[in-house]
Amino acid sequence: MIWIFDMIILIFLILTAFISLRVKDLLSAAMIFGVYSLLMCLLWAGMGAVDVAFTEAAVGAGVSAVFLISTILRTSRRSSD
Amino acid sequence: MKFLGLLTVLITGFLLIQAERDFPDWGDVNSPASSYKLSQHYITQTFAETSVPNMVTAVLADYRGYDTMFETVVIFTAGIAIIGILRVFGSNIKPDHPEVVLTKKKPDLIVETTCRLLIPIIQLFALYVVAHGHHSPGGGFQGGVIFGASFILLALARDLQYAQQWVPENRILNLAGIGIFIYAGFGVASLLLGGNFLDYGVLTAIIPGDVKDAHSHSMLGVEIGVAFTVTAIMFSIYSSLSSNGHMKEGI
Repeated sequence: MIWIFDMIILIFLILTAFISLRVKDLLSAAMIFGVYSLLMCLLWAGMGAVDVAFTEAAVGAGVSAVFLISTILRTSRRSSD
Repeated sequence: MKFLGLLTVLITGFLLIQAERDFPDWGDVNSPASSYKLSQHYITQTFAETSVPNMVTAVLADYRGYDTMFETVVIFTAGIAIIGILRVFGSNIKPDHPEVVLTKKKPDLIVETTCRLLIPIIQLFALYVVAHGHHSPGGGFQGGVIFGASFILLALARDLQYAQQWVPENRILNLAGIGIFIYAGFGVASLLLGGNFLDYGVLTAIIPGDVKDAHSHSMLGVEIGVAFTVTAIMFSIYSSLSSNGHMKEGI
């Protein structure tokens, strides 16, 4: 049963990684990157690495998203790529 | 050029997927990582040697303490580097993107009240994570990040200057230095008492209890040092990023 959850999380992980690379609006890219970190945290927790999951939730999904968003608000918002 | 990039990515991906076949299965008992004698020692002897139930913290802060000390130094250096790049002194320097106008509004009542209720709980939880890091998941890094995030939330809800009343810019780097000083202090103390650097066992002379308790309590002290550094650096990175290096008004 657990592998179905793993599969769903993995599919969403690849989707969020792809979308955050492709999307033009940098603010949405930063948000989706935070979602990516949260899914990664769920995967770590599922594998039993609770300490790593904790770090991923605090650093990846929490603080680094704030850093990215505050940087985006201080620079121009749309990527030229 | 785009085609070349795609080709590189595809070839690298193909090689990685090929190499993945040689990996042992997840949780395989016969894999080198599980069958190696050192892992057996950590799993069976950690509690007997250090009386710390969470063996991840025991490996991080005790068996591999030297590693973690320099990880803390890396965070400190990263914070110094970001401040060194972004910090601007003086007020007559024009921002690079004048089209970004951040309107300064009065703090919203709902946001402010929610944050006033939330921030003490977040800080209490952060202290719990630091203090309980050797019994449950957590430790200095996570607790420090959560504690720094509570100040970031304060700066987001009110103003950067309001948050800097509690963590002023000139004190925050002292705080970061104090963290590393605490960590290295445990190492130097064990050197002075005749042991190796960060060999907590000899600290029984100054810490009450037997050798196991010395290990356990030193790990707590070391985690507190890490938490000091991480808290200070997280908030200083946020304040220099969000204020264009002026440290005056945030986003």
